[in-house]
Amino acid sequence: MSPVVKRKREKFSIPSKYLLLILTCICVALMAVTFFADYSASPLNKLVGYVVVPFQNGVSRIGTWISVRIDELGELRVVLEENQDLKRQIADLTVQNTQLQQDKYELSNLRELYKLDEQYSGYEKVGARIIAKDGGNWFHTFTIDKGTDDGLSIDMNVIAGGGLVGRIVDIGPNWAKVNAVINDDSNVSSMVLASSDTFMVTGSLQLMEEGVIGFEQLTDPQNKVAVGDKVVTSNISDKYLPSILIGYISEINQDSNNITKSGKLTPAVDFKHLEEVLVILKTKQQVGD
Amino acid sequence: MKRNIILFFVIIISFVLQTTLFQVLNFGGISPNLLIIITASYGFMFDKKCGMVVGFICGLLMDIFYGNVLGFYALIYLYIGAANGTFHSIFFQDDIKLPLVLIATSDFVYSFVCYVLLYLLRSRFDFVFYLRRVIFPEIVYTIFVTVFLYPCILLLNRTVEDTEREDHKVV
Repeated sequence: MSPVVKRKREKFSIPSKYLLLILTCICVALMAVTFFADYSASPLNKLVGYVVVPFQNGVSRIGTWISVRIDELGELRVVLEENQDLKRQIADLTVQNTQLQQDKYELSNLRELYKLDEQYSGYEKVGARIIAKDGGNWFHTFTIDKGTDDGLSIDMNVIAGGGLVGRIVDIGPNWAKVNAVINDDSNVSSMVLASSDTFMVTGSLQLMEEGVIGFEQLTDPQNKVAVGDKVVTSNISDKYLPSILIGYISEINQDSNNITKSGKLTPAVDFKHLEEVLVILKTKQQVGD
Repeated sequence: MKRNIILFFVIIISFVLQTTLFQVLNFGGISPNLLIIITASYGFMFDKKCGMVVGFICGLLMDIFYGNVLGFYALIYLYIGAANGTFHSIFFQDDIKLPLVLIATSDFVYSFVCYVLLYLLRSRFDFVFYLRRVIFPEIVYTIFVTVFLYPCILLLNRTVEDTEREDHKVV
């Protein structure tokens, strides 16, 4: 027992209250620097990129492999049942299909109007895997396995399955942090296709539970906007590229001021089961140039 | 020295597990807070200083990956580590009640501070909802994980102490 105590005494050590003070000062200084100077800790980002991200990558790879195997086993029985159902559906669908062919003609005309199709496929995209999620339970941000080394940069838009997921807010050499649109501190300027009115889509933890996102400040005096309408990113947003699908309106309420409307929309992306995302390799600023 | 290296790996491993494995093993979108367990237990097991350093590193990791400003989580974890360090004098290894109470309290304080600073200040006033939806489930899940994780930390520390003692004997 005694040698251990002796060794400790010989070493120089700072009293704990001073250490607390020093570390507090460091924290406050760091907060001040990052808040006021907009300095995005790139050396630290690089360091943790090499220490932590390889571990996260490995663990999530193993985890995905296991969960895929488990899913496969469970799904086999379901798939057999589904197969019978689907055969019945095919018959129904062939009838519907003929009707839809006519609708499609109309749709392609409308598409041309909005130039949705070209804008989407025109951007160069790169696939990335989600390797980790926010450790806390308050926000819905996640880490992807690509970073500046793969040509990504802050403010690039992230999509999945044809819908908007979010944008990159922080980056390291081999990782990037994505802020999802359903996040409580996320606001997206968007536009409803039916009337081309712009409004704000605001994420909320309270609505996240229901699987919807809130929207507000919609001015729609003629009541043109209805449930089921498509909502896309607006052309006046300075972070998001225009005309990326966000979701479909599921609820509209008149605000108490009788001028604006607010409500909920169902996102086009399934945020609960997100594994792979596409990053658009262009930011809004670059597109403008 | 050896102890510090092990401590470093303990922090890295819990951060990685918290952000990957336990995000998959969530219950209703809630995952446990392993970093609080590590910070609190190193606080009351060793001393204030150890808790502070562990808390600072844990918080800094959270900041770099998921924080908006650097130093925010670091500050919260730092004070939680320091506060737990004051309970070192009444800590006994075989008693699991004190660790459980301390970790639960720490997690509540952490969540509450997060709510006040990150949500209340943005005029999200429905505290009862957030208490029911986030804070309380997180505490329960964290405590559940603590029951299994805490003996592991204890065992790790005992083996480290034993090997250190043996090293000194040889010298």
